[in-house]
Formats: sequence, structure tokens, C-alpha cells
Amino acid sequence: MDTPPDTTRTPEGTTAHRRNPHASLTVIGNDRRHELPPEIQALVEEIREYAIEFGLDFFPTIFEMLDYDEINQVAARGGFPVRYPHWRFGMSYDELSKGYTYGLQKIYEMVINNDPCYAYLLKCNEITDQKLVIGHVYAHCDFFKNNMWFAHTNRKMLDQMANHATRVRRYIERFGLERVERFIDACLSVENLIDYYAPHIKRHPDKDDRFTGREAESETRSQGDGVNGVYKLRSNRRYMDKYINPPEFIEEQRRKLREEREKARRFPPEPQRDVLQFLLDHAPLEPWEYDVLSIIRDEAYYFAPQAQTKIMNEGWATYWHTTIMTQRALKDSEVIDYADHHSGTVAMSPGRLNPYKIGLELFKNIEERWNKGQFGKEWEECDDLQARRNWDRKLGLGRQKIFEVRRIYNDVMFLDEFLTEDFCIENKLFVYDYDRRTGQYVISSRKFGDIKKRLLAMLTNFGNPVIEIVNGNHENRGELYLVHRHEGVDLQVDYSIETLKNLAFLWRRPVNLETVIDSRPVLMRHDGKEFKSTPMKQ
Amino acid sequence: MILDIEQDVNRFKHIVRGKIRKDLKKFMSKGEMLGRKGRNVVSIPLPQIDIPRFKFGSQQAGGVAQGDGEEGTPIGGEPGDGTGSGEAGNAPGEHVLEVELTLEELAQILGEELGLPRIQPKGHSNVVAEKDRYTGISRVGPESLRHFKLTYREALKRQIASGTYDPARPVVIPIKEDRRYRSWKSKPRPERNAVVIYMMDVSGSMGEVQKEIVRTTSFWIDTWLRSQYNGVETRYIIHDAAAREVDRDTFYRTRESGGTLISSAYKLCQKIIDEEYDVADWNIYPYHFSDGDNWSSADTRDCLDLLEKFFFPRVNVFSYGQVESEYGSGQFLKDILEKFPSHDQLLTCKIEDKEHIYDAIKVFLGTGK
Repeated sequence: MDTPPDTTRTPEGTTAHRRNPHASLTVIGNDRRHELPPEIQALVEEIREYAIEFGLDFFPTIFEMLDYDEINQVAARGGFPVRYPHWRFGMSYDELSKGYTYGLQKIYEMVINNDPCYAYLLKCNEITDQKLVIGHVYAHCDFFKNNMWFAHTNRKMLDQMANHATRVRRYIERFGLERVERFIDACLSVENLIDYYAPHIKRHPDKDDRFTGREAESETRSQGDGVNGVYKLRSNRRYMDKYINPPEFIEEQRRKLREEREKARRFPPEPQRDVLQFLLDHAPLEPWEYDVLSIIRDEAYYFAPQAQTKIMNEGWATYWHTTIMTQRALKDSEVIDYADHHSGTVAMSPGRLNPYKIGLELFKNIEERWNKGQFGKEWEECDDLQARRNWDRKLGLGRQKIFEVRRIYNDVMFLDEFLTEDFCIENKLFVYDYDRRTGQYVISSRKFGDIKKRLLAMLTNFGNPVIEIVNGNHENRGELYLVHRHEGVDLQVDYSIETLKNLAFLWRRPVNLETVIDSRPVLMRHDGKEFKSTPMKQ
Repeated sequence: MILDIEQDVNRFKHIVRGKIRKDLKKFMSKGEMLGRKGRNVVSIPLPQIDIPRFKFGSQQAGGVAQGDGEEGTPIGGEPGDGTGSGEAGNAPGEHVLEVELTLEELAQILGEELGLPRIQPKGHSNVVAEKDRYTGISRVGPESLRHFKLTYREALKRQIASGTYDPARPVVIPIKEDRRYRSWKSKPRPERNAVVIYMMDVSGSMGEVQKEIVRTTSFWIDTWLRSQYNGVETRYIIHDAAAREVDRDTFYRTRESGGTLISSAYKLCQKIIDEEYDVADWNIYPYHFSDGDNWSSADTRDCLDLLEKFFFPRVNVFSYGQVESEYGSGQFLKDILEKFPSHDQLLTCKIEDKEHIYDAIKVFLGTGK
């Protein structure tokens, strides 16, 4: 590590210069210890060539080499070298370093969604491992760049995180650690109350447009025949009016107008899933609190797609590291080490679900099916087991298909469409539930339908309950009123009580949550000091 | 940049220990990891603070996993969806050791909890023993320290070498480069080494409970001292009417029965110190635990004499802990305090029961000696 890398040949497409061109980023300080040794740099270039050859497409990627402790620290911070100060990062680090010390887990790599992509390699890894990891990293970078669910993420997050950290530190200096920390804890408590689909849909018009736009609309809409603001179709002749604008039509338009006026009076006009945004817009926050909450919200939205595509992303990366290794990069002498590492990654331990494994198997399955033409109406309708087994139209569309899948799908869609019964049987999947009688978790079904249903349920809204604000001025007392859209699973009550307390703290007035506990509708209320729960009428 | 994580870690640890942010205490859970340390399976406590949020009641959520088993088969423990590296460190049924913290962390916590000052090793404060001797030579220095002879010798050497020396007319004029000055060398400080000599009364009156108390107290003392010194030696002496040196295991296990002559232990201790531990190099910490029931007041007098004449001039601190037993009279403590009511090298403490161990440690380690 003492000889600096050769700087006369700059690998094309990567920005692995000796002096980091993004000097302001100071990833781990301008510390030459983290630069890659020449043989690793050579590996990176070699594997990059293979990745490009196979069609992977990624932002320039910068690799840095860290020792196990440094990588644990970076991992504790979600992959970023700098985060705002908070004990939660200390907690993650504690867990990671203990895991490492006792040989339970080792982080091989870390890569973040950014342009350029930053990836960290673990110093003490064998060359074979590094190869595998580098291949894995390039596939991740390709996924971040091309999967549409990442399309709206901030690709300059590395800088942004550092910026967040600076802002928070400033507030800590001014207002004291404890005060800022408590506020952050409250924000983190409601961090999952965002609209996971929001970045992709414009849910409601911008605040400024809200009223002027509507007014403008009603101007153009009204045809001024004395019926206020009701929309009418053009009719040139008065006697035609009754036919072109029959009474039912008029009534319908009137009703619509009434509804819109109602909506405009409702606050918020539509139920809001982005609770954080609502708080930002309407809670009486100090300027620094507003800033901190907006930081938490930004970060939540940044990380959201990663949670939404975990299985696919890991599967994709595993698929490519195996392909690159087995078809290009692996030397005979390295086979055993490679197999050892790889099998560890995709091992299924009892009682757990391994996203690497599931993702990998599904992608392989898709590739095989599309190569053989095992899709489409004919395929779906074919009952003949023999025919299905021997089905091979030799279409060779597999590769193309998986690239398309990686572009468009998220985990829910991925599983919904591509999870098959065969897959479940081969991988011995089952559904488990809590048995109250025995106080244990037991296997409840191996049926394909049940497995799929359960998996999708677990993934929908990324395992978070759907909670919306429906009223920001409940009982005209400025109270917040939220509804939990109950879809069969109750909330954890004790946690909910505490979360409501935090919400009341942020809102500065009482908050109410409508939910269902033990099949009974309940209204939970917290005023910041006391909690009350009252049954509601069915 | 990377060092900052220590700040976050310390903050987390302080919260976990309940020192700050007590409002977070209720969200704490004590998870564990199962790992391996050599052959043993160890349980690594993993405190977690779970910030409350809206989430599904785990009682109902269930999930999907992989493995063998028919419907109705229970699956072990609390399953969850794992990630990546498939090492399952679970080996149910094996003997599991608890690994709480490393000893260093333990000592650190002890230090913080009890507000223990760092120990000042003897050599440090003893100015007399450390002298600067002007035995060295330097090329620079104040004029008051110039070395006449060496300077001229250098000048002479130079002149001969360059041929300007004329034996007929010897004139030697030193130039700047020739000048030599006296300089000093510090005598090396004595190594910060410590020896702890535990002495325990194992006469009939010391029961299991009492020995347990002694064992616990001495463990903490040992841990703390180890964190303060590079090498800590420990010697163990047991005594009833006669004293002998033993190893650690025996120290804790013996059940002698017999009379009690405390002086026997002190004398043996004296012998060990004399023969093996040079006062100048060693920080010596004798600890004596007894139930205070000495054979005779004459013997007690001997002990106190030894303390005064031998121990105090040599040791950092002499500590005496009196554990309570039904048979003992506790007389020795009274006697010792009578003779030395406030000697700053003497530490005594009554350890009535397990709860008082904490106080005892505070007394014994609190002086920073």
C-alpha cells in the first residue's frame, strides 16, 4: 500500500485519480491509506471491462479500501462516511463491531447510490473475494442508475449527507445536544410516515397553485348561464341546449362542483400519507426544527427505494458476480475460495429469508424461462406437466428480459409476477404464524398461494402500516386526526402510544389515531401528556 | 472524520447504562448474539434501543421463511428475515458463556461509576529519587554549561586536521562548531509496575459467604489495577495460625480451621516483599481480609508494629477489609483504627455483606494511590 497507484494511466470512465477530483467530498479525508493498491486497481479495471461487456451501465465508480473497523463505521452510517451525530449510529456500530469480533458477520463491501458511485472494499479480503465483490458492486451501481424507482433520488447524496451533518451540528452547538437529540428522536419516530409512491406521482398540486389554479379553472369552466360556475358544453343554438346539456348532465356537474368546494374546505383536501410534509407545512416548528425535520424527511425518501428493491438489487448483484466470476474472471486456483464465499452469501438459514438467494434464483428463473419461451398465454394455459418440462422454444430472450425487469420492477411487482410454485417447492418456502396457544411461531402452510400472499403482504408499503392524515383541524381545535388503514393486522399498541406522544410533541397539540385493535374500532388519543383510548362505533 | 463514530458510540453506551436520556430506557431491550470464542459458544449482549414507531404487532405478523418441517411444526425462537451472510451462529444446547464486556471496558466503567482517580504511581511523585545528572554532552547550550576541555580539544583536532596548528606557536581558537556544552540525562523513572498481595484469613470463622465477598472484592480490585498498570503481579497468602503462600485457586477454595494469628500473614508478606520486590521499582498493594478475630492482643500489637515499621514506609497503600462473620469479634479493626486513626496510607473498610462490596471498593480504590 506504500506505492501510489500509477496516475499516468487514468482508467477511462472512472474518476480514480490520485487526487480525488471531488476534493470537497473528503470521503474519508484525503487519506492515501484508502487508495487502492495497484493490483486491486488492475482488478477493478479488468472487471469493469467485463461488466461493460455484459451490458451493465453505471455511473463512474470510485473504489476505496478500508479496514474492518472503518468499514463497520461507514456501514453503521448507512454507507456514508459522514452523518449527523446521533446515538443510533453508535448503536449500529456497536452491533457490527461485535458481530465482526465474534466472527458472525463481515461486511465485504458497501456501495452507495450516488453519482459518482462510491464503493468500499475490505482491506483484509483475499483477491478472490475482492473480485467477487467488485463484480457485485458494479451490478449494484447499474441497478441504482437504471431502476426507475431510483429515478428521483438525489445522486449527490454524498455531499448532501455531509451538508445535513453540518447543519445539525450547528444546531447542536446553538441549542444543545440533548434538545436537538430529543427532537431528532421524535422525527425518527415518524420517519416511516411518508408516501412511498409520491416521488413518482404528483399527488396534489403545489401549494401556491392550489387556489389560484382552481379559481382559474372555475373561470374557464363556467359558461355563465346563471348557474354559478357549472360547466356546460358548448351549444350554439339555445334550442339545442337541452339536448347537449341535459338536466342530468347539469346535475352531475353541480354535484362535482359541490364536492370540489367541500374538498377545498377540508384540510387536507385529500388524506395525506406524507405526514412529514404535512408537519413541515403546518406544525408550529421553530426554524431549526423545520430544518431538522426536512433533513430527516429527505433522507427517508432517499433510502426508501433501497428498501423497496432489496431483493431485486441483491439478486441482481449476485447474478452478475456469479456470471462475471464463472465466465470470465475466475482462475482455476480460486474456485474453492469463490465457492466458499458465494455459498455463504446465498445460504439459507432455517427460519430466515435470504434476499440474495431469492433474488438470484428468481432472476435465473426468469432468464431460463425467457430463453425457452416459457411465458405468455400458451404457457400459462398449458396443463401438461411433460410439455411444460420440455418446453423450449429457443427464443434466447432471457438476458434482454432480465435487463428490462431490473429497469421497471420493484420487489412487490417482482415477486407478484415471477414467484412460481416450483420455486417455492424447490426452496422449501413456508408461511409461519404465531400460535397463541403454544406461544411459538409455527409453520402454517406450504401452499403456493399462501406463500405468495404473505410475501406480498410483508412487502406492501415495505412492511409499514398505512397511516394517513385526514384532518388537520379536528373538532376545530387544531388537533391532528389520522387513520390507520387496517388491512388485517393490528398495530403494536405500546409502540403506537409512544409514537403518538412523539407526534403530539411535533404537532404541539393533541393527536388522534383511528385504528382497529382486536377487531374493534378504537380511537387513540394523545395530548402530549396523557394517552386515552376510546372505542368507536362500528 | 471516522473518529466521530466514537462520539455516537459513547452517547449510545451512556444511554444504555441509564446515565442520560432516561426517557429512552423503556425502549431498551437486551438482545444477544451468539458467537464463538475458541471452542465456546458465547452470548454477546446486544443492547438495543428501539425508537417507537407505527409498526405491526409482532404477535400477529408472522412471515415467510425456508426450511424443513410440516404444518404445525414450531420454528425456533423469533425468526426474522435475515440478510446476506448465512452464518447461523446458533447452536442450541451448547454451554454458553456470557461475554459481557472486555475487562478494559469493565475497568473503565468501574472507574467512571466510582469516580476513581487514576493512580499516581510511586515513582512519579517521588522527586528525590529522580535526579538529572549532567553526564551528557551537547553541541548547543547555555554558556554557563560550557565544557572547556572538550571545546578546546575539538578546536585542536580541527586545527591539526586543517594544518593551521603551529606547534611552535600554539594558539587554539575554538569556533562555533567546536563548542561543547554539558547536558543532562534523566535517570529512568521506575517502571510502573505493581504487585498486589492478597492475604486472607481462612480460620474456622471464615465461611463460604465471607470468602465469596473476598473473592468478588478482590476481582474488582484486580481488574482496576490491571487497567492502571502494565503488569500486575499478584501473590496470595492464606493464614490461620500459620501463613503460607498459595496460588489463586487455592486462595479461594481453602477451608482451614484453626486459630488466627494475623501476624503470621504479615510476616510472610514482609518476607516476600523483602526478597522479591524492590521498593524503588514496585508499587506494592497489600490487601488483608479477615473477620477481625485475632488470637491475642499481643499478636495484634505485633501486627501493628509491623505495619508501622515495615509496611507503611514501603507500600503505596495497606488495605484492610473486615468481613463480618457470626464467630468473629471484629476486634482487629478497632485496634487498627485505634493505633492509626487517620493514616493516609491505611485504608480500612467493613464489609458486612455483598451489598457493601461496592462501598468497599470505593474506599480501597478511591484514593488514587
